[in-house]
Amino acid sequence: MKIHEYQAKQLMKARGISVPEGHVATSVDEAVAAVRPLIEASGNPVVVVKSQIHAGGRGKGRFKEHSELGGVTVVTAGISGGPEAAEAAVRELAGNMLGSTLVTIQTGDEGKQVNRLYIEQGIDIATELYVSVVLDRSSSRNILMVSTEGGTEIEEVAEHTPEKILRAEIDPAIGLANFQSADLAHGLGLTGDAAKNGQRFLKALAAAAVELDTDMIEINPLVVTTDGDVMALDGKMSFDSNALFRHPDVEAMRDESEEDPAELEAAEHDLSFIKLDGSIGCMVNGAGLAMSTMDVIKYVGGEPANFLDVGGGATAEKVTAAFKIITKDPNVKGIFVNIFGGIMKCDTIANGVVQAVKEVGLEVPLVVRLEGTNVELGKQIIDESGLNVVSATDMSDGARKIVELAS
Amino acid sequence: MSVLVDTNTRVLVQGMGRTGRFHTDTALAYGTNMVGAVHPSKAGTVEHFEGETDHSGVQGRPDTYAADLPVFRSVSEAAEATGANASVIYVPPPFAADAIMEAASVGIELIICITEGIPVADMVIAKRYLSDKNVRLVGPNCPGVITPQQCKIGIMPGYIHTPGKIGVVSRSGTLTYEAVFQLTNNGLGQTTAIGIGGDPVNGTNFVDCLAMFNDDPETEGVIMIGEIGGTAEEEAAEWIKANMTKPVAGFIAGTTAPPGKRMGHAGAIISGGKGTAADKISALEGAGITVAATPTDMGTAMLEALAR
Repeated sequence: MKIHEYQAKQLMKARGISVPEGHVATSVDEAVAAVRPLIEASGNPVVVVKSQIHAGGRGKGRFKEHSELGGVTVVTAGISGGPEAAEAAVRELAGNMLGSTLVTIQTGDEGKQVNRLYIEQGIDIATELYVSVVLDRSSSRNILMVSTEGGTEIEEVAEHTPEKILRAEIDPAIGLANFQSADLAHGLGLTGDAAKNGQRFLKALAAAAVELDTDMIEINPLVVTTDGDVMALDGKMSFDSNALFRHPDVEAMRDESEEDPAELEAAEHDLSFIKLDGSIGCMVNGAGLAMSTMDVIKYVGGEPANFLDVGGGATAEKVTAAFKIITKDPNVKGIFVNIFGGIMKCDTIANGVVQAVKEVGLEVPLVVRLEGTNVELGKQIIDESGLNVVSATDMSDGARKIVELAS
Repeated sequence: MSVLVDTNTRVLVQGMGRTGRFHTDTALAYGTNMVGAVHPSKAGTVEHFEGETDHSGVQGRPDTYAADLPVFRSVSEAAEATGANASVIYVPPPFAADAIMEAASVGIELIICITEGIPVADMVIAKRYLSDKNVRLVGPNCPGVITPQQCKIGIMPGYIHTPGKIGVVSRSGTLTYEAVFQLTNNGLGQTTAIGIGGDPVNGTNFVDCLAMFNDDPETEGVIMIGEIGGTAEEEAAEWIKANMTKPVAGFIAGTTAPPGKRMGHAGAIISGGKGTAADKISALEGAGITVAATPTDMGTAMLEALAR
């Protein structure tokens, strides 16, 4: 699960990790009201207006409705004009940004509507750095990665100058040890107060990752201010969805407007669903089989409309729900049900499909491939239902049939 | 011969809830030597099972079976009373990592964790705990391990298996079934099929299984089934190139998976341009592995690899 930058900063601040002051705004008036208190408290006449969407590349992104306007804009009007000028500038900016569609390298061409802004104090930056905490699968531990190349995409740094990325493995029983944070701070070229603050920052960040069950924390840029403070200027956090049960405060930060409605509906039924752009709807049991069903559809010349794993312990009701979600997509021109029953029994799937077709109708071709536990019973249920269903002998056969029928 | 499990495997069940009971029943029907259960709230009771024998399992048994499995408070008590040398875990996700550590603490040699949805941080801790113990963890989030007609531990349908000469190792449950079924239909059969699970932090990896199959005299070839995410397949390819003496066929799921999206399994995600199917397929082919174009071709790919 992803959250917004301002939420990530709230979580960091509560754990002693230094972040700039800021206020979230969902209206122009709220955005304007945030300006004066920020300027007065920080003594810095500059404020920054940041679009809050679940996608990176906001600074370089541009609005569809205002092609000159970036997703993150620094307001300097306050330097010569005082707080009033800053407020006026923010009023105009917020008016243009809120409700408009921001297109970044990560949103795709359709972009994302901006519904929230984060108004933040200006910071006098001395150096821009990079830090992240992610799982390293080879060591089965979280690692903390830092780089002096702040502000650039870390994938590019990794490709062109991998020596500029420093890593420390976090022992789950110890956390980030002092010598590790000292090494990293040294490697980042931090000295004096900045080194001390940097070490404190890194240790707190490593601890936060464990405490919050994050999947990933990425701070890019991490900045050293001209006063030697070390601060998270940006903050991206995502969470292990398997651990959300012990973090109701994080769960409450979920912004459903950022998620695909079909994926949300699927999640309510405990289905694993991902919307894609093709025309062949898929209903499969097991993640690996679901993934490779998409692959086979593509292999025989079609395009999958979704990934859908009904899971091992699906009931007829769950199958019905899955069927409804697939048929809701207007792009779907055919449906392929591909089941290899293990715990999942073929008759359960068959009953679910029959029930779903009775409830929602069937306007596109349907190919069903059943194999595994209770396969004969499942086939019998489909045959006796009188539904217009084409059966397949194996998954390649099924994929070929549905692609042909749907074209 | 086989790897990991055979007729000498004495299996304890951790978590005798609805799921644990269901799969214990199918294991007993198959003929697996189930010796007891751990379920604190049912400690001191006996779980009764009876039903029709699954004749695809251990051969030469009567048509019905009946068993009374003692239920214990802890793995320690259960292991002492039953002499179990393997454990299968059906404990719910919030408690499953602890169950793994508990089994390891008493030296259960083989711990197979079926549970799906364990927090990654819990597995990071469990894996560290296991690092100095002489035990093997398979999973979590896996179908289990089966040696046909000897021992079935986990949730796979028994009847699709048949004794034979191919080892199967896979990150995906249902794709394991596909491969196994094709090997049964084309007459190659299986020595042992191992599901290593779809989570980013797991116990046994591809290389561990490949090494076991390489050393097993009855195994003549191996099918390995990978998927997007991580670099386990690339590491396996390196190992195969350097060490494997037997033919290997492979399949990688997720050629069409979009980056940044978790494809069901917690571990199946392309992130930062790493873990793509294309990279994995080229690593496997580079190591001389016959890679099937579709899951339907896995059995054929194995035949081709054996013929080369």
